[in-house]
Amino acid sequence: MNILINGLITGILFGFMLQKGRVVRYDKQVGALRLLDMTIVKFFFSAILTGMVGVIVLQNLGIAPPMILPANIGANIIGGLIFGLGWAIIGYCPGTSLGALGEGRIDALWGIMGMLVGAALFAEVFPLMNETVLTWGRLGSVTIPQVLGISPWIVIIVFISGGLGLFFWLEKKGL
Amino acid sequence: MEKKNDRGWGPYIPGVLTGLVIIASAWSAKQYFGASTCFVRASGYLESIFLPEHVTATEYFNRFVPAVDWQVMMVIGIFIGALISSISDGSFKIKAVPDMWASRFGDSPVKRGIFAFIGGMILMVGARLAGGCPSGYGLGEIVQLALSGLIVVVCFFAGGILFANIIYHGGKRK
Repeated sequence: MNILINGLITGILFGFMLQKGRVVRYDKQVGALRLLDMTIVKFFFSAILTGMVGVIVLQNLGIAPPMILPANIGANIIGGLIFGLGWAIIGYCPGTSLGALGEGRIDALWGIMGMLVGAALFAEVFPLMNETVLTWGRLGSVTIPQVLGISPWIVIIVFISGGLGLFFWLEKKGL
Repeated sequence: MEKKNDRGWGPYIPGVLTGLVIIASAWSAKQYFGASTCFVRASGYLESIFLPEHVTATEYFNRFVPAVDWQVMMVIGIFIGALISSISDGSFKIKAVPDMWASRFGDSPVKRGIFAFIGGMILMVGARLAGGCPSGYGLGEIVQLALSGLIVVVCFFAGGILFANIIYHGGKRK
């Protein structure tokens, strides 16, 4: 199948599920950040825990080659926190902003335009970042099992146990 | 506030089905989820309309050239999928100011638009510095057990929780 059509179908399915999970809207995103409504956390970790099992099986069978983004600890932490500031203001992430627009949340359009400007700004400062922040704590394309020197399945079992524990706790708390 | 029971499917079933879509795309396209790289490609494309030489000379736009790839199509698909889902179950609603935002900052669409723009700008600078967004690092990298994915997603939530609580003045509920 054509790779572009594959991408489009994948996106349609993903967008459909995001909307059915009611996770694309501002109230759900900021609701989670304010620790009032954990809908997006439940959705996000359900997807991750499910995906993890299949993806690691496919990688072990050699069907899906790994594409591990490098751990650049400095940039990962600083960039992640800056993202958090922006996320708390806009209440959408890059993927869900398109989904929010799809369900009629037109304020997402302003956010998307801001994101495009942000990408252009980052392109301007990239050479500077590449010489500074991006050199702090470069560990390369490593996985958690590689760093810990243990089987991926132990890591997966820990993730799934932790995730299920989190789900039960959130449901008990009514979040 | 949105009604609790609005014919959504709850978070778990769509989450698990999304996990299956992640597996299917790793299998069929050898691709992993991500969204923020598309914004770099789109931004480079738009900027090249006005400043073609500058874009060609910009290192970052040479790393992520303005082109349509699997991920760009996926992000376009997210819009279509959410549109189909919301129209078919009646949850589609034209809304310029989210309820929670309005309860804290008022119902001005202009004010909301300005802050959505600023927030989007900050968020994307952070995402590109970190190397990706929640789709990429969470649904694309943690599923591969990448160390970077875990660090970045923890920081996304840590930063988001910190700043959302500052913006909404601590623990004051609704």
